[in-house]
Amino acid sequence: MSSITVDGKEYAVDEEGYLADLSTWVPGIADVMAAQDDLTLTDEHWDIINFLREYYEEYQIAPAIRVLTKAIGKKLGKEKGNSKYLYELFPYGPAKQACRYAGLPKPTGCV
Amino acid sequence: MGDMNEGGSTKKFLYLNRKAPYGTVYALESLEVVLIAAAFEQDVSLAFIDDGVYQIIQGQDTTGIGMKNFSPTFNALGDYDINKLYVEKESLDERGLTEDDLMPLVYEDEDDDWAEKPSIRVVSRAEMADLMQDQDVILSF
Repeated sequence: MSSITVDGKEYAVDEEGYLADLSTWVPGIADVMAAQDDLTLTDEHWDIINFLREYYEEYQIAPAIRVLTKAIGKKLGKEKGNSKYLYELFPYGPAKQACRYAGLPKPTGCV
Repeated sequence: MGDMNEGGSTKKFLYLNRKAPYGTVYALESLEVVLIAAAFEQDVSLAFIDDGVYQIIQGQDTTGIGMKNFSPTFNALGDYDINKLYVEKESLDERGLTEDDLMPLVYEDEDDDWAEKPSIRVVSRAEMADLMQDQDVILSF
């Protein structure tokens, strides 16, 4: 199993780069993963990452993209509740990429 | 009823859950299939009969068996537009349970100013049989 190093500490990730144990997540992991994708995380990114972590905490799943856009629109405003906005933030696919940064497993139904 | 699935045909799918939530993988597998299939925007219902009623019981605690408690995920079904969860009354009765022992699962009705409404409908064995008769596809877990 491969790993990523954050602040001198190693964290195991699976073959697709998802954190092996979500309970070990620290915010620095998201920054390091983003840097590997040539991305710098802004407050807008963190809104989505934090939302995903809260959603997982409550429901024990990562939401499907359709559910994510609807919920983001409700929470952060209609102009953000669409896949265009989310894809601009997370060009590799909001559900997969943002979930990976958030330390969550790959979303159910994401192939 | 409007047909949301423009250009395609909508079928009635019933996911039949008959087994206790832990001990076998059936309940979790069923829930995952339901969530994945939700992307296809079909007319989806869930039914809980026999020990399947234990899947949506309140206050599940799996710490003693070292398995993930996935019961909170049932609360997400409303977000996936799955809001018809039928529970057989006889199965509850036979296990000394009532509707009050079940999780208060709700959904937000888009056509009614997002009012919260209950997703669980307790039905008799005869009504459950009619419901099954009415489906295009039944998937049993």
